[in-house]
Amino acid sequence: MPLQVELVSPESIAYSGEAKMVIARVVTGDIAFLPGHVPFIGILQAHPVRVLFEDGTELSIAVHQGFVEVSDDKVTILSDVCELPDQIDVGRAQAAKAKAEDTLKADSNDEDAKAALKRAETRLTVAGAVTSAKAGAH
Amino acid sequence: MPGAQERILRRRIASTQNMKKITRAMELIAATRVVKAQMAANDARPYSEQITNVITNLAAGGTAVSHPLLRQAEDVRKVGVVVLTSDRGLAGAYNSTVIRAAERVIQAAKDEGKGYSLVTIGRKAEGYFKFRNYHIDASFSGMSDKPTYEDAREIAAKVTELFANDVDEIELAYTRFITMGNQQAVVRRFLPLDTEHVETQESSGPKAEVEFEPSPASVLESLLPRYVESRLFAALLDAAASEHAARQRAMKAATDNAQELIVKLARKMNQARQDAITTEIMEIIGGAEALSADKGSPEDLLLDHLDTDPFPKRVGAHQAHDHSHL
Repeated sequence: MPLQVELVSPESIAYSGEAKMVIARVVTGDIAFLPGHVPFIGILQAHPVRVLFEDGTELSIAVHQGFVEVSDDKVTILSDVCELPDQIDVGRAQAAKAKAEDTLKADSNDEDAKAALKRAETRLTVAGAVTSAKAGAH
Repeated sequence: MPGAQERILRRRIASTQNMKKITRAMELIAATRVVKAQMAANDARPYSEQITNVITNLAAGGTAVSHPLLRQAEDVRKVGVVVLTSDRGLAGAYNSTVIRAAERVIQAAKDEGKGYSLVTIGRKAEGYFKFRNYHIDASFSGMSDKPTYEDAREIAAKVTELFANDVDEIELAYTRFITMGNQQAVVRRFLPLDTEHVETQESSGPKAEVEFEPSPASVLESLLPRYVESRLFAALLDAAASEHAARQRAMKAATDNAQELIVKLARKMNQARQDAITTEIMEIIGGAEALSADKGSPEDLLLDHLDTDPFPKRVGAHQAHDHSHL
């Protein structure tokens, strides 16, 4: 029985589908969910959440903060800032990354810049997965 | 040429017709916006339900936490009021009802010798309370008819900050959307969060023990601010839907009234026109009579008082004679 995956943002259900496995990074480290996982609630880090489908394809979702809740073979990702690969503006993410790096050079303790850098990197990873998948298809 | 009265009425009808067109357009716009706002509220529901669900799980697990957002003040000295109104008017009693509800809370707090702190959302509330010299701690505007989660986050941050400082209780005054035809201004406790209320929503049936990563307490800690935001967002969406519904109703009433006024004015105008026509006819007749009476006498003199007819064979003379008796 496959996992039900739902990506719920405050304004809508951003994604909903069935998958074989979901890999997320919670504060203590990476965790993979397979069907039959015990009920689980965790705080997510700014990191791509990987959804692996039955047919071997994969979807990365950029989640910048939020929670993952698992119960009855249903994985719900609650996030107020999450983006699917096709929603990401690569140019903007790159600009944000460069800006955050500049700020960090001047002040390596700037928490905002660190978070911004992490967000930009997450976005780029997710968007990069899309471009490589497209390249593989051709 | 129409009479003065008729011209004035004609102009009034034209302007009423223009007004009717505008109110009708506003009504239609509001109607589609209500549907959109309702859809937005429906889309937002899964998130808040999930968050509530997680909090329920935590509460069921007996997680004891002392989070600042749960701080129950024993002695309430300062009451915070958040009032949700619209930026634009022409929405019937929508704004005044919710403003009155909020003002009552403030007055009650004042009567009991408590302080108050006011956060206004929407230009209408800001204008109202500013004019009456209330002290406004923060005001937000420009999002009331189509709120985004970003707006909710911004407001929630401000409200949470007030609560963290010296406000012991936050009340939220907004308009609840019940049905298309029924909206209700309500004042709800917003902070401190009522965990007992959450617990009563517990789902039935046995549940497996939930694993928390890193710990129940820290999950709850990072979840509570989200919960506050999502509750505020839900209220904003409800208020937006209510605003559009209220505007639609107000504009429908205005359109109907305009139509009624047009019918009444049209009747009046027709009557005025009839009157004007009748008067004109009377004037023409009167004038003609006066003229013919004037003309008649010399002819009479000529024709009737002559002993002998100077033109015995002419028909025209007889005709002129007939006219004088019209």
